[in-house]
Amino acid sequence: MRQRSLTAVVLAAVLAASTGCTVERHWGGNTNTGGSGKAKVGLVTKTDTNPYFVELRNAARAAAQANGADFSALAGQFDGDNDGQVRAIENLRQQGANTILITPSSSTGVLKAIKDARDAGVLVIALDTATEPADAVDATFATDNFAAGEGQGAYVKAALKGVPPKLLMVDGTAGSTVDTQRHGGFLKGIGLTDSSPEIKGHTAANGDQSLAQQGMENLLQRSTDINAVYSMNEPMGRGAYAALNARGLTGQIVMGSIDGGCEGVQNVKNGQFAATVMQFPKKMAEQGVLAAVEYAKTGKKPSGFVNTGSAVITDKPLPGVESHDSAWGLQNCWGGKK
Amino acid sequence: MTTATAAPARERESLGEFLLRAPAVGPALALIVAIVVFSVATDTFFDLDNLSTVVQQSLVVGTLALGQTLVILIAGIDLSNAASMVVATLIMAKLAAAGTNGFVALLAGVVLTIIVGIFIGGLATRIKLPAFIITLGTFTMLTAVSKLIAGGQAVPVTDGLLQWLGTKRYLFGGIPITYGMTLALLMYLGVWYALTKTAWGKHVYAVGNAPESARLSGIKVNRTVLSVYIVAGLTFGIAAWQALGRTPNADPNQFQLGNLDSITAVVLGGTSLFGGRGSVLGTLMGALVVAVLRSGLTQMNVDGNYQDLATGALLIAAVVVDRIARRQQQS
Repeated sequence: MRQRSLTAVVLAAVLAASTGCTVERHWGGNTNTGGSGKAKVGLVTKTDTNPYFVELRNAARAAAQANGADFSALAGQFDGDNDGQVRAIENLRQQGANTILITPSSSTGVLKAIKDARDAGVLVIALDTATEPADAVDATFATDNFAAGEGQGAYVKAALKGVPPKLLMVDGTAGSTVDTQRHGGFLKGIGLTDSSPEIKGHTAANGDQSLAQQGMENLLQRSTDINAVYSMNEPMGRGAYAALNARGLTGQIVMGSIDGGCEGVQNVKNGQFAATVMQFPKKMAEQGVLAAVEYAKTGKKPSGFVNTGSAVITDKPLPGVESHDSAWGLQNCWGGKK
Repeated sequence: MTTATAAPARERESLGEFLLRAPAVGPALALIVAIVVFSVATDTFFDLDNLSTVVQQSLVVGTLALGQTLVILIAGIDLSNAASMVVATLIMAKLAAAGTNGFVALLAGVVLTIIVGIFIGGLATRIKLPAFIITLGTFTMLTAVSKLIAGGQAVPVTDGLLQWLGTKRYLFGGIPITYGMTLALLMYLGVWYALTKTAWGKHVYAVGNAPESARLSGIKVNRTVLSVYIVAGLTFGIAAWQALGRTPNADPNQFQLGNLDSITAVVLGGTSLFGGRGSVLGTLMGALVVAVLRSGLTQMNVDGNYQDLATGALLIAAVVVDRIARRQQQS
């Protein structure tokens, strides 16, 4: 008896939830068209704790407030949480968002949810990371990661002053879009290819400082006769630096990184990194919100890839490489400013 | 007469029985084979500095695995150990950065991991929840806490005491030994002694083998389980200290797979996931085998994905050996 009443309660709850869902979705779909006046902007980031995405979210919220748009932010639970992002997109549609700004966890993992949203008339703009294919979204506002890598490579090449590079590479997650673009850009910038003998070794450290340190220690055991280090982001750069420092090699090496977090700029100022390449999450967010406002007013959608730029930060500027110093970097960095 | 009958019985002991009696032998053999292979295959691996580096690389996971061994011996599992350790590193680093005395900061981190141990042990004994579920939940909460504390950003460590385990070293027979290595060795010896020479150790094995029989023979099962989680919590706090000695920043994104790495070391070391059988000596070998593989394969320029492939295959081989040994014993 007790069992049966429990089943009934569960069934009723499921029914209520599912019908509620249908009604809300239907309603959401109807209000989702552009040109209807007020912008309702939903933001989906990869996580909500990483300072990079915190900066992006805060900038988007501020821009929405300044332009009289509704704003709501959701996130995946961890980098790579496609399922969490799909749920976030569904929730935003239920809330009636007419523009969704998303930093996709993977370039392909959320394509179906994005297509459903666009079919219902929602403007979808990818921020920070492009989708594959790129036209799965209406437009992409992001760092050109290949160009960012190229900037790092060009700086390292200039700093070597004609000496042939002997390079160790610290990559991120093997096969990820950003990783591949930065890696390829760096090699182009320094004038090498993946099969060049100047590359003395590489390790993939998945963004983890301690793994980068271990990988670098093991690579250095093979040979300490190196003069250049590529690191795919700043935490891994710090891990690599710890390994180089323990061997007393930091003086002979030009190390570059990418990100532009305030801590990374501080590492440039302290001399740990010769240079880092800064990205501008704030610009991505602001331009995304402005596009949403425009869409709500006029129904006009942006399209294509909009590069929000990157800048080489170094205190040792070199001819031929456009750069800013760490003082400028500390004013423009993202994350906790010290 | 008795010795005469005992001797032939010993000769007839099967390999399975031998491995059951001495579970650390398998991993020790694997370790020796790996060291020999890499020493022959590369001219850089066999080098006193490198061997010291490999040991230092395995310190954090090795210390996490020490506590994990105790938990697995009572047929539990701790998925939250690395997350607990990361929170402790952040607390230590943040307190020290705010000007707190290094010793107080260290103590605060260790107290936290012990409190986590009491929380897990409390739920496991009072409410009888499976350790897998409790520690899965704890893992999720602690991961969130570490990101909240850090705001996603690394905290540089400058306090001398917090870095002491990594920075202070001496030479022993030409091999550079850090205080971290010394401390880990002492901890392993301490736990080995407690497990093999004290009543508490016998209780741990008994509870892991058959909790009901242990209870009927007068062992206070709940008290033993709780004590295991507390001791394990203490080792995770010390692992945090080891981590700060190794890496110059407390970073919430570090050791994301530390919980699984510690389980890998325990299983490679011949400890049974079903509890009641295993040794900390084996775990030490298990942790070292993984570090040796990583170091040697990197020096042979083997891609990271193949390194993971090799580690996984070795793990499965270890479990297969455990199974075969048990089956031989039963038949």
